[in-house]
Amino acid sequence: MTTTAQAERPAVRKNPPGTARGPRRRTGRIHRVGLPYLLLLPALLLELLVHLVPMVIGIVMSFKELTQFYIRDWGAAPWSALDNYTVSVDFDAPVGEALLHSFLVTIAFTLLSVGLCWLIGTAAAVFLQDAFRGRGLLRALFLVPYALPVYAAVITWVFMFQHDNGLVNHVLHDQLGLTDKPSFWLIGDNSFIALLTVSVWKGWPFAFLIVMAGLQNIPGELYEAAALDGAGVWQQLRRITLPSLRPVNQVLVLVLFLWTFNDFNTPFVLFGRTAPEAADLISVHIYQASFVTWNFGTGSAMSVLLLLFLLLVTGGYLALTSRGRRKAS
Amino acid sequence: MTTSPMAPPRSFLWSRRIFLTLLTGFVLVPVYVMVSSSLKPLADVTGKFRWLPSELTIRPYIDIWSTVPLARYFVNSLVVAGAATVCSVVIAVFAAYAVSRYDFRGKRVFTVTVLSTQMFPGILFLLPLFLIYVNIGNATGIALFGSRGGLILTYLTFSLPFSIWMLIGYFDSVPRDLDEAALVDGCGPLGALFRVVVPAAVPGIIAVAVYAFMTAWGEVLFASVMTNDTTRTLAVGLQGYSTLNDVYWNQIMAASLVVSVPVVAGFLLLQRYLVAGLTAGAVK
Repeated sequence: MTTTAQAERPAVRKNPPGTARGPRRRTGRIHRVGLPYLLLLPALLLELLVHLVPMVIGIVMSFKELTQFYIRDWGAAPWSALDNYTVSVDFDAPVGEALLHSFLVTIAFTLLSVGLCWLIGTAAAVFLQDAFRGRGLLRALFLVPYALPVYAAVITWVFMFQHDNGLVNHVLHDQLGLTDKPSFWLIGDNSFIALLTVSVWKGWPFAFLIVMAGLQNIPGELYEAAALDGAGVWQQLRRITLPSLRPVNQVLVLVLFLWTFNDFNTPFVLFGRTAPEAADLISVHIYQASFVTWNFGTGSAMSVLLLLFLLLVTGGYLALTSRGRRKAS
Repeated sequence: MTTSPMAPPRSFLWSRRIFLTLLTGFVLVPVYVMVSSSLKPLADVTGKFRWLPSELTIRPYIDIWSTVPLARYFVNSLVVAGAATVCSVVIAVFAAYAVSRYDFRGKRVFTVTVLSTQMFPGILFLLPLFLIYVNIGNATGIALFGSRGGLILTYLTFSLPFSIWMLIGYFDSVPRDLDEAALVDGCGPLGALFRVVVPAAVPGIIAVAVYAFMTAWGEVLFASVMTNDTTRTLAVGLQGYSTLNDVYWNQIMAASLVVSVPVVAGFLLLQRYLVAGLTAGAVK
């Protein structure tokens, strides 16, 4: 990337000064036409290398019978047409059934997590909108879960969820007596609750951060005018704050959704390579299907299906929200 | 509401008090567990959970460095995250400047493509990327797989889409008159970028750098597949404390705290820029 910049600089210097846009000065036009592409080149190359080419290869792999025998030379793996896909979506057979189950778990988890993150984040941002003593401290404190590295945060939760020496059982069972016996949190049905708790704990500050930034763009006069008209705080919240945040929320919810749905780090650190069935998120499920069984073809097919689903949801979401926005304006 | 002439009603004040108290508790408990457990002797963390240590000890902070090669992991993480951040920010600045200031064919395709990589499940390109890196290594002798370089390359593209997106918004908010004046004064387009646009966008750039560093510092999936013993980063290295017969929870907590302090401190110091950057850029 440095070479691009250096190669470009002398060429630019030779040019007479020209405006960045508009064809008023024609000299050095080629440089100006080429410049944006040159500037984009490093980003483009890297995106190609790390995201787009691997994605294409991943799609190709999903049509191959790529088992451990072909890892060294994956090109030699035999084509398998749609076999990997039929296996993945045959919901009566074990593989398809497990995938469907994992998919449903992921949807439930994502909806709950995004909903809670948004709710807590928005409420916290709104409550911290007014100046009061300790506000700055709380704001910094609330950002700590987001700032912590994922593994450090999640490992702490793993410790808290331990059966014998964890804080959660100590409080719920020993101190409050809410359960008959200490519960298992990281295996069995409770693991869903554990995963959701950790995900919300880690995720809500991002919503808080974005909503907080969004709130600063709402002009204060709106509130003054509303107050003069006799609107109380709750009414101001409903009539001014929430509607003004709509565009911000539209992006925020989508980003939260995609991040949560694709989240690998949290379940992986929380449960290790094999997640309990109740918290079997799709990323870990596919990872397991690929690396534990060494069947990369099927794993790729599952990833492609996941990508298609996300494309569909994102496309639908964007169409829906942009239509809503057009209607509103 | 800051300028509201009326004091907020009691219902609002009480909801605020209750909500913020509960939330503070929720946020603080794990932090407290991390800090207090890191100062406990091993017996305290293997037996029933105790809120207070039976005795305070800094032993875990000494032991963490010898139980696993934590210092090496630390350096690896620092090098990888630092390099990924610098590269990602520079590349994002160039790309965002192009999108913000020029009209060119393919602009929309570019922004849409870059943003859409955000929704790719990491798992989809993990294995192909692994194969690409191995093949590049075989063909050219540049070791990407298992090396820090490969990890840097991977991580910087993770933060790139968000960084570009945010900087486009930020650069758009820097008046064009400023760089046009610089161009008239004889700066080239890059001179205008570095002398005018970048200085005016410092909060946005800091915000992007913070984000890029945190992304690289915390990533687990690719780190667990693409590193070996010498290049292992903290994200994977911390798991070394629990594969042994005993789980040294006090050491795990101490190590977690040690690896968190640099990022959390940096983040809290720079968070005002992040909020300012988001306000001017992303959420506009």
